[in-house]
Amino acid sequence: MTDLHLPWLEMGILIPLLGGLLVGCLRDPLAARKWSLVACGMTLVCVVSAWQDFGILHATRADDPGHVLAKLIGREIFIIDELSAPLLPLVALLYFLVTIATMRTKVRRFSFSWMLFSEALLLATFSCSEPWLVIALLALGTVPPFFELRARKRCTRMYALYMLTSVGLMVLGQLLVTIEGETGGKPHALWAVIPILFGVLIRCGTLPFHTWTTDLFEKATFGTALLFLAPITGAYAAVRLVLPVAPDAALRIMGLMSLITAAYSAAMALVQRDGRRFFCFLLLSHSSMVLVGLEMLSLVGLTGALSLWLSVGISLGGFGITMRALEARRGRLGLVEFQGLYENTPALAVCFLLTGLACVGFPLTIGFVGTELLIDDAVKVYIYIGAAVVVASAMNGIAMVQAFFLLFTGTRHVSAISLKIGVRERFAVLTLAALVLLGGVFPQPGVVSRYNAAKQLTRERTALVGDPKQVPVPQVTPGKKAIKPVKPKATPVALAPAASTTGSVSIGH
Amino acid sequence: MTYDLIFNVLGLVVVGAPAALMVVMGLTTLLGRPLNERMVGRAVQCAVTVGLVASVVMLAMMLLLGRHHVPIELSRWVELPPAGHGAATHGSESHAVAESATVSDEYHFHIQFVFDRLSVPFVILTFVLCGTIGAFANRYMHHEPGFNRFFTLYALFLLGMVVTSMAGTIETLFSGWEMVGLSSALLVAFYHERPAPVRNGLRVWIVYRISDAALLLASIVLHRIKHLGDFEAFLGSTHWPGGTSPLTSYEALLVGSLLLVAAAGKSALVPFSGWLPRAMEGPTPSSAVFYGALSVHLGAFLLLRFSPIIVLSPVVGGLTVAIGLVTAAFAAFAGRVQTDIKCALTFASLTQVGLIVAEIGMGWYYFALIHILGHGCLRTLQFLRAPSLLVDYRAMENAMGDRVQNASSFWMRLIPERLRTWLYRLALERGYLDALLSDLIVVPFIRVMTWCDTMERKWTAYLTVEPDRQTQRIQPPTSTYEESI
Repeated sequence: MTDLHLPWLEMGILIPLLGGLLVGCLRDPLAARKWSLVACGMTLVCVVSAWQDFGILHATRADDPGHVLAKLIGREIFIIDELSAPLLPLVALLYFLVTIATMRTKVRRFSFSWMLFSEALLLATFSCSEPWLVIALLALGTVPPFFELRARKRCTRMYALYMLTSVGLMVLGQLLVTIEGETGGKPHALWAVIPILFGVLIRCGTLPFHTWTTDLFEKATFGTALLFLAPITGAYAAVRLVLPVAPDAALRIMGLMSLITAAYSAAMALVQRDGRRFFCFLLLSHSSMVLVGLEMLSLVGLTGALSLWLSVGISLGGFGITMRALEARRGRLGLVEFQGLYENTPALAVCFLLTGLACVGFPLTIGFVGTELLIDDAVKVYIYIGAAVVVASAMNGIAMVQAFFLLFTGTRHVSAISLKIGVRERFAVLTLAALVLLGGVFPQPGVVSRYNAAKQLTRERTALVGDPKQVPVPQVTPGKKAIKPVKPKATPVALAPAASTTGSVSIGH
Repeated sequence: MTYDLIFNVLGLVVVGAPAALMVVMGLTTLLGRPLNERMVGRAVQCAVTVGLVASVVMLAMMLLLGRHHVPIELSRWVELPPAGHGAATHGSESHAVAESATVSDEYHFHIQFVFDRLSVPFVILTFVLCGTIGAFANRYMHHEPGFNRFFTLYALFLLGMVVTSMAGTIETLFSGWEMVGLSSALLVAFYHERPAPVRNGLRVWIVYRISDAALLLASIVLHRIKHLGDFEAFLGSTHWPGGTSPLTSYEALLVGSLLLVAAAGKSALVPFSGWLPRAMEGPTPSSAVFYGALSVHLGAFLLLRFSPIIVLSPVVGGLTVAIGLVTAAFAAFAGRVQTDIKCALTFASLTQVGLIVAEIGMGWYYFALIHILGHGCLRTLQFLRAPSLLVDYRAMENAMGDRVQNASSFWMRLIPERLRTWLYRLALERGYLDALLSDLIVVPFIRVMTWCDTMERKWTAYLTVEPDRQTQRIQPPTSTYEESI
């Protein structure tokens, strides 16, 4: 495996971990925010460097030089590959922007030390491809929100129940897959994969296992809930745990359930009366669309899904940060009557609209091409999937503009204090706006990067379960379903040294 | 310097001028440093003049050189090569994927603009009317608090119109189409301190999203059938309006129906007509240019652009004529009872748009294009004169020395009194179209989803046992939808 020039990954994980310990000792919340910002900034620099370093190496996967962990444990744990390379900076950026945009009034309620721990765990998860370790890190990642709920004296029963079930099912499924052993180039049996699949679906908040997400948004701080769900960790679990081993039937179940969730959540977002629940359903709808794309397994569909993953992370992350900034000014946001905040915070209004439009795939924003690719491939496989994604996207668009009108229009809100955007918030908002617009105007580099990641995933699946699905172009005729693609026989393909989930050798040129 | 190079430069200027205006207005707004009124006026004047001059020169050159079709290929904006090809692959490993790749793994997204007999008149009309409205609005909106916001949305609208008019691929057309939709909805809600404009803006946005979804589906289906988004691939290589589409009649029926839905939403054809009078809540200049002249004709433009597909399917052609005529009759009927000038003009516009759509269904493409151009100019003039209507009336009555009579016609007097009252109410309620859509679609949808929401909350409450739920106290937002409908 190719080595990075410096141990960026280990540093990127270690810095927030140490930062969390340091910040946990501080009593002054403002100092905690300051040091958290330093830690998040350094982490961001490390993971961006890892990404750039990886790009320079032209490798399919790379790890840290020195192999400190490998010497300690016996094998390489943290790697960077085509899939995770841009996801790591996305995660670090979200944490950095949430930290920087945390207002003085909220610093006492928001636990910076737990936030840094969760950042370290999330970066470790996204740097890891070993199934058991991914499950372990996913399980650990559920701990910080749990303790925050406890600290806020809110009921943890629902969150704990769903997360325990999810982790339990993933463990059970992985155990069954391990017991089943080598399948000789065929996918694993459905009964072995189903527990992992449902564990992952619970983590993704797929219908009908989604109620814990709204509960978390209502009870935890907005920042914690946002950081827990916006990076779409469930999709990463699907890619690492389900995609390499699942038979087509399991993927179809995942796709169908995600499709229903995407449409249902979009419809639910339309009738929400609480800002947080509205945001949660919007997030669920988009993360489900990513899962729909992952199910299709064709290069275009996968590229679309992975592009959408990035764009949703950035745009909904920005959308959430904007809503959080509004909450810091007005308290819990109700979507019942017009709040008239436009004149008070025009910059937040523009950012709200811009990030909202990006997440629904508006032209010249970062979400446009990903949505196009996804729908394009969905129509190719089954026209009804394409139609459902389009309908979900349309409803999300309506919900987003409705929320914009409810929050920012109406009789001007009169406040005794200035509600104008602060310097830190402006920085966060402008950074996100720049990413949304630049990613929309120059989408090719991002799409090519996701295309390469899609090829890597296809290769991995081919290596483990045989030839990927061949999807011929269906003849679309009105009144008829698109012709069902003929599934080819699984034939072992002679591969070049393939990337595998067990961390075996794969050398870039 | 070759003619092709000149054409390319001119093409870039036509699209680049409104794009530059949008960048200037957007960036200054985003950075919280809006331009002053004079600067905005100059920027608008400059962008529109440059774009107009370039498009007129382009027209003159096309006429002089006998060119009826000038494509301007900007770039392959997004390109996914088939697996195993191109720079995106990774060395020796690529061959494994290449073996399993199919043709459908290839994807291109071109940005291409086309100057032809349809797009050039439409883009010139766009620049002329937007320039007029820009100059008018610069005074009309003087010292309005939302002056900068108005012109930012105006710039987005202008860019959207130009991109839609000049689009050479369906994806490019869709991009422009969405920009026009967003700017229109936000301008309807321009006076956002009052709830009515905002509700109407939301209403417009809902209809536009339905229209956008139909166009997106049509675009994707076409892309899947021909693997390309270029118009030439599915409208034939012969230039507009003589193209022969290679689609089968079934494919034409599917795509044509979707395009008709998209056009109906954008041009407020029946059954989506309800949003057009609501759109008059916006400032008069935007009402004039959007709903009187340009935006309302965009659906007709779409049908004209895709006329080779419509002509392939007699069903779609028949539906186009029927929807056009029904819309014209409906608008003429509802327009007779309107009591404010902007709504009366709106329905007059809709009558003409209905006729234009019917003309397209019957295959009279040039006639429809001329109708659009003439109607757009006339209606803009009428809308701009609308604020001074009372002054005009007073001048007329002073000249006459009497009040203008508004006696009922001979035919009206033939209708029985009760029937006349019923018809009056029917026209006043705009044929109950909005109520019908509300009762059949919106209210059941809200009921179902609200029930789902209640069930979810009950499930959460059952599991969590936490009485002090902060969000329980907020009432459901059903009024927003119901009132908007």
